[in-house]
Amino acid sequence: MTNIAMKKEIENWVEVVALEDIPALGSRVIKTDTMSIAVFRTASDEVFAMKDECPHKQGPLSQGIVHGTSVTCPLHNWKIDLASGEALGPDEGCTNVFPVKIENGIVSIDFINR
Amino acid sequence: MRENLVLIGNGMAGVRTLEELLKHGSDLYNITVIGAEPHPNYNRIMLSPVLASEKTINDIILNSHEWYAQNNIELITGDAVTEISRVKKAVFTESGKEIPYDRLLLATGSNPFIIPVPGAEKDGVIGFRDIHDVETMLAAAREYKNAVVIGGGLLGLEAANGLMKQGMNVTVVHLLDSLMERQLDKPASAMLKASLEQKGLTFMMEAQTAEISGDKRVTGVKFADGSEIEADLVVMAVGIRPNIELAQKAGIYCERGIVVNDTMQTYDPRIYAVGECVQHRNECYGLVAPLFEQGRVAANHLAQVGSTRYEGSVTSTKLKVTGIDLFSAGEFNEEEGDEAMVLQDPASGTYKKLVIRDNKIKGAVLYGDTMDGTWYFQLMREGTNIADFRRTIMFGQHDLGDAGHGDAQVLALPDSAEICGCNGVCKGDIVNAISKKALFTLEDVRSHTKASSSCGSCTGLVEALLASTVGEGYDEKPSKKPMCACTEHSHDDVIKAIKQHELKTMPAVREFMEWKTPDGCAACRPALNYYLLANWPEEYKDDAQSRFINERAHGNIQKDGTYSVVPRMFGGLCTANDLRVIADVSDKYNVPEMKVTGGQRVDLFGVKKEDLPAMWKDLSDAGFVSGHAYGKAMRTVKTCAGKTWCRFGTQNSTGLGVKLEELTWGSWMPHKFKLAVSGCPRNCAEATIKDFGVVCVDSGYELHVGGNGGIKVRVTDLLCKVETEEEVLEYCGAFTQKYREEAHYLERTAPWVERVGLSTIKECVVDNEEERQALYQRFKLGQMYAQIDPWKARAEGEASYEFTPLKIAG
Repeated sequence: MTNIAMKKEIENWVEVVALEDIPALGSRVIKTDTMSIAVFRTASDEVFAMKDECPHKQGPLSQGIVHGTSVTCPLHNWKIDLASGEALGPDEGCTNVFPVKIENGIVSIDFINR
Repeated sequence: MRENLVLIGNGMAGVRTLEELLKHGSDLYNITVIGAEPHPNYNRIMLSPVLASEKTINDIILNSHEWYAQNNIELITGDAVTEISRVKKAVFTESGKEIPYDRLLLATGSNPFIIPVPGAEKDGVIGFRDIHDVETMLAAAREYKNAVVIGGGLLGLEAANGLMKQGMNVTVVHLLDSLMERQLDKPASAMLKASLEQKGLTFMMEAQTAEISGDKRVTGVKFADGSEIEADLVVMAVGIRPNIELAQKAGIYCERGIVVNDTMQTYDPRIYAVGECVQHRNECYGLVAPLFEQGRVAANHLAQVGSTRYEGSVTSTKLKVTGIDLFSAGEFNEEEGDEAMVLQDPASGTYKKLVIRDNKIKGAVLYGDTMDGTWYFQLMREGTNIADFRRTIMFGQHDLGDAGHGDAQVLALPDSAEICGCNGVCKGDIVNAISKKALFTLEDVRSHTKASSSCGSCTGLVEALLASTVGEGYDEKPSKKPMCACTEHSHDDVIKAIKQHELKTMPAVREFMEWKTPDGCAACRPALNYYLLANWPEEYKDDAQSRFINERAHGNIQKDGTYSVVPRMFGGLCTANDLRVIADVSDKYNVPEMKVTGGQRVDLFGVKKEDLPAMWKDLSDAGFVSGHAYGKAMRTVKTCAGKTWCRFGTQNSTGLGVKLEELTWGSWMPHKFKLAVSGCPRNCAEATIKDFGVVCVDSGYELHVGGNGGIKVRVTDLLCKVETEEEVLEYCGAFTQKYREEAHYLERTAPWVERVGLSTIKECVVDNEEERQALYQRFKLGQMYAQIDPWKARAEGEASYEFTPLKIAG
């Protein structure tokens, strides 16, 4: 496993990965002691982070196909908005999202303000 | 500066067009809607169930007042437009309003035709067109006893049925000798009449109405032969006429309807028209189905996107009388040179007739069992050659599922019957969603209820429910179905363009074909990736992010997020050492469960994603390659015991199985693809339910194609018989390549063979040696790039980011 050195900036921001290490239109997974967090990168290099669990049946969203600013869950094709964590279309449900910032090509996540 | 768009006619066609326009997110217009009726837009085709007290008016409202407000649409109800001034570019209403327009949309619908007989203006003589008519009928039913419906067509019978349900004595008067003569042939019409009589309706056939008698209010109807019957209410349902009065007064060119071109524009390019008021390519439509496509086209044009054209509709009808199941489409009376196929079972009250010309369906009438109506209608619209399945066509669709949802007589089922076995959706859930949420398309139903959205085997049942719930308003899938919401183009369009214009990257395809989204969606990306890979094996670089996770991670994702691993065992053969390696690997990575698959391989379940590359390395070192059990790919070649051991065996069937697997492994396909070789006609390897099956016989090899054992068992068709193993390999490669090049993504060989026809495939793969060899060569060329073991590559570090989670220290 890759260990990424943790460097706390302002209290709760944590550097997690270099932007270039996330495939465009793809994701990486952060495993913490309590949960998995999916970090997505869009075609236009926006990055979003959310709990790696579909609100429907807890499918791993990180394994889905990313398009626009949404991801389609690999288990039952629910479409989740990356920015809000809300299910799109007629489906209803929401996943926790985390604030993300990119500085000098490094992606940081605010783990407290979800 | 926004332009003013004014819609005259607050009905289904006009509002549907606005909905399509809003979908584009277009803010080009300030929209005003003017309706003569006092209601918001309602579902006119549901008036019959309202009259029959099966629904209330609230149930059939499609767009509430809030909908107009939310979308910033100004709604004026109960005020009719009296004049369109094309000079001032404004419309004037009865109440004196003057509303300017930059673009005008006419959706004025149609008016019932009132027969010009003396007395037709008396109280109690009405048409059957709007909520007001229904209210009049309901009021009459409370006060009076005798109703006469003039007209034995679709609308007349629905009105008669409703009035009868309200307790009236109803007589249906029809000018001709058979009911619904525009939709039914004589036998079906007679069956319909008998069952309606049984329900309590009275019929007067070949009766010509001469006069409506009475003082102020109607008291009777007199006929040309001098007879007379009592009547307190007369409903005229003899036909409708496009409502073109306003357009005509404004000097817009009209014939029977308002004449429009393929973008739904009238002769005044600022003025569009949609729905029943329109005459397009000399056709006026009195049904609702065409308006969906008309609305899409008009909206695209108004939003200034795309260049879609409306090219006319082929329509079908269903009668919305509870307990009577009836379907009709096309030319149902055979002419000289046509053939009619008829299946009639008086005891069960079913009648099916297909009219065939040159092996194509020209029309269909179904009575009692309309389950296959949507399928016949599709074959008819697509002009499918039915020669290859003529023998079974009357019994319905081959690949329509019968696993997981019981009886196919869907309309007779109780609400609690489970329709979609994958997602546990019952009939009642589907019907409720359709009527409460005003759903019109299969896609709508899938996204709201999830029914038929997984394996799709109950699609036919869901379509049947949709058709019976919304009647003819059901928006059938267009014959040219768009690939997904990102594009207007069908799979065939895309496949053709990729070849013809040598499109070699996904952005090139999306740009050339004017995709609406920048990077597609979860449906079109895997399809495009496959098409490019199949067409340009030497040049195209596979895009991992456009692959479904199973193919990206080279394992089957399970519901808990772990993966399963299936090593390839060519022809199902293995050695003690192979099994020892698999056992050791299972121990080493704590595999919680192992089982033998249907394709004769060993499946190791419950592997953590991050363990996959190391596990693959161990397997790879022992000589195993990926089994591709996770992909839209060539899966397995199943074999029987074979001649070495079996006393019945002919040929070297097991050895041939190994050779076939060596030829085809690693090949990406439109869908999963399975093979089998049996050593004799006892067929222990079940080769006749495989995509490509070989049955060895003493004199050679029978090749069978297009079978599957899944949702609906489909037995293969015999492709041909060959004499040598070399020929088996060549024919297999050629057939496979034809499927790879021409089938739609996610279309298995069974529906593909049925869609394109076995004879077309035979012409190419069997009859044409040159073509066969070319296909075989192209298949082998593709295999040069495909037969690189993905497991070995990943064990050596390829795409390691896919398998390595990030870890936060501390």
